[in-house]
Amino acid sequence: MNKSPSNSTAEITPGYDTKREYPHGDLAVWAFIYAELLVFSVFFVSFAFARMLNPEVFVSGQLTLNPWLGMTNTILLLTSGWLAAAAVLANASGKQSSALKNLWVAILFGVGFLFVKGYEIGHHFAAGYDLDTDSFHFLYLFMGSFHFLHVVLGVGVLVILAVKVKRGDYGPDESQGLESGAAYWHMVDIVWMILFPLVYLMR
Amino acid sequence: MKYESQAVAKLYFLAALGLFLGQIIFGLIMGLQYVWGDFLFPLIPFNTARMVHTNLLIVWLLFGFMGSAYYLIPEESQRELYSVKLAKLLFWVFLVAGALTIVGYLLMPYARLAEVTGNAYFPTMGREFLEMPTITKVGIVIVALGFIFNVGMTVLMGRKTVVSVILLTGLVGLALLFLFSFYNPSNLVLDKYFWWWVVHLWVEGVWELIMASLLAYVLIKTTGVDREVVDKWLYLIVAMALITGILGTGHHYFWIGTPNYWQWVGSVFSALEPIPFFLMTIFAFNMVNKRRRDHPNKAAVLWAMGTAVVAFLGAGVWGFLHTLAPINYYTHGTQITAAHGHLAFYGAYVMIVLTIISYAWPHLKGHGDANDERSQVMEMWSFWLMSVSMVFITLFLTGAGILQIWLQRIDGQTFMAVQEKLAVFYWMREAAGLVFVAGLILYLVAMFTAKKPALEEAS
Repeated sequence: MNKSPSNSTAEITPGYDTKREYPHGDLAVWAFIYAELLVFSVFFVSFAFARMLNPEVFVSGQLTLNPWLGMTNTILLLTSGWLAAAAVLANASGKQSSALKNLWVAILFGVGFLFVKGYEIGHHFAAGYDLDTDSFHFLYLFMGSFHFLHVVLGVGVLVILAVKVKRGDYGPDESQGLESGAAYWHMVDIVWMILFPLVYLMR
Repeated sequence: MKYESQAVAKLYFLAALGLFLGQIIFGLIMGLQYVWGDFLFPLIPFNTARMVHTNLLIVWLLFGFMGSAYYLIPEESQRELYSVKLAKLLFWVFLVAGALTIVGYLLMPYARLAEVTGNAYFPTMGREFLEMPTITKVGIVIVALGFIFNVGMTVLMGRKTVVSVILLTGLVGLALLFLFSFYNPSNLVLDKYFWWWVVHLWVEGVWELIMASLLAYVLIKTTGVDREVVDKWLYLIVAMALITGILGTGHHYFWIGTPNYWQWVGSVFSALEPIPFFLMTIFAFNMVNKRRRDHPNKAAVLWAMGTAVVAFLGAGVWGFLHTLAPINYYTHGTQITAAHGHLAFYGAYVMIVLTIISYAWPHLKGHGDANDERSQVMEMWSFWLMSVSMVFITLFLTGAGILQIWLQRIDGQTFMAVQEKLAVFYWMREAAGLVFVAGLILYLVAMFTAKKPALEEAS
C-alpha cells in the first residue's frame, strides 16, 4: 500500500494505490489501445483531406445526418465511460457491489448506444445511401460501423468484467483485468468524442 | 527431441529444402530470360519458368510449415503425434502430386496439361499461383485435411498452449482460404476479387499467425523466457495482424473494377500492416535481451532475429512504399511489386521456415541442442549471404521499378521499350541471385555435414 498519497485520485479514493505501477492495467492492452487510436486517427485525417478536396459533397452529406441522434449517443457513451471508471474506483476501495452496479449500468448505456447507432445506419441504408454513394457517405458509414464494432467488443468486455466482479475475482489488490477493460472502453468513447463533432457538426 | 514422432518432420524439411533449391534455380533461369529473351527457348519458356518459380515457393513453404507443425506440436502438446503413419502417407501423396505437377508444367504446353488433367470438367487453372491442375488442387485439400486432423487431434488430446492454438488457427485458416482456388466465376472482376483471398489473405493474414507462433516457439526454447510474457506478445501480434491484414487486402482491389471505397479501406488498413511485423521485431529483440540462458544453437537465434527484422523491412516497409492508392496508381504492377514480393516472402516466410529447420535439425540428427561450431559458422555465413543478396535483389528491382514508373507511367513509353532500358538493373539482380544460390548451397552443406559438437563445446 502507498504510504504517502500525493495523487488526487488517491486522495479521493482511499486505498487506491496510484504508485503501484504505471500505466494501470496490462501493458499489452495499452499497446493495443494505441494501435486502435492510430487506425482511427488515420481515418480522421483521411476525412479531413477528403473534405478539403470535395467540400460540397461533405456539406450536403452532413445534412442527411441527425445530430440529435449523435448527441444522444455522445451522452450515452460518455456516461457509460464514467460509470466504468467509477467501477474501477469502487473496486479499488473494496466496494464490490457498487462496482458491479456501475458496470451493469455502463453495459446498459453501451447497448443503448448500439440501438441508436444501429437505427441510424439502418435508416441510411434504407434511404438508399451506401458505401459507394460518395466519399462522405463512405467515410460516415464506414467509420460509424467500424466504431460500432468496437462498441460491441467493449460491451462484451464489460460483461466479462461484470461476471468476474460478481465471482469475486477482483478486489483492491487485484484489478489488472478491470483496469485494462475500463481503459479499452474509455478508448471507445474518446474516439466517439472526435468522430461525433467531425462527422456530424463541423461545417 | 523429446518425442519420437517429431522425427517425421525431417522428411518434410528435406523436401522443403530440395524444392527451395529448385525454386531458386528457376528464379535464376527466368532472371536471365529478362535480359536474354530466348535463353532455353523453347525448352523452358518464360511463363513456365515463372510458374515453376512461384509454385515451388508456395509448395516448399507448405512443406516447411507442415514439418514445423509436426516438430513443434508434439513438444507443445506433451504427447506423441496422433498418427505418424498418416503424416508419412500424406508426405508421399503431397510430394508425388507436387512433382507430377511440375513435370507436367515442364514436359507439355500448359493448354495440353489442362486438357490431359480434365480441366474442362471443373475449370480452375490459368490463374497466377493457382496454375496447378484441378486434380492437384484436390490433392492439396486432401493433404491439408489429413494434416489438420492429425495435428488437431494431437493438440486436442494433449496440453494446449497459446503457441499451438495460434499455430493451429493459422493452419486451419490456410486450408479454408485455399478452397477459394476452386471458385472461378466467369465475371473477371469477381474472379480477381476472390483470387486475392488465397495467397494474399495467406501472407497478410493467417500466415502471420503461423509465423508469429513459430517465432514464439523458437524464442521460448532458445531464451528460456516465461511463456506468460510470450503469450501476451502473441495475442497482441495476432490481433494486429488480423485487424490490419484482412481489410488491408483491399489494397489489391484498387484498379480492378471494384467500388471506389476500396481505395480508402485498402489504403488505411494496409498502411497499418507494418505494425504486427514491427511488433514481431520488438518481440524478438526483447526476448533475446531478457534471455535466461545462452542457447548453444547460435545460428537458430540469428535466424529468429533475422526473420523478425527482414520481415518488417520486406513486408512492412516495402509494402508500405506502394500501398496508398494515389501512389499505387503509378506503381501498380511494376518492378516495385516484384521488389516487395521478394523481400517479403524471403524475410517473413522463407526465413521463419529456415529458423525452425535450423533449430530442429540438431535434435533431429541426434546432436543435442546444437550442431558443431564449424557447421554453425557455415550456417551463419549462409544467413548473411542469402539475406544481403536478397536485400540487393530488392534494391535493384526497386531501382528498376522507379525508372520504369518514370519512363512508362509518367513519360508514356511502351512496356517493351522501357524493359530494354532496365537491363542493367536486371543484370545486377541476376548477379545478386548467384550470390543467393551460393548462400543456399552453403546452408545445405552446413546442414548435411553437421556433426555432434565436441564435448567441451557442448558443455
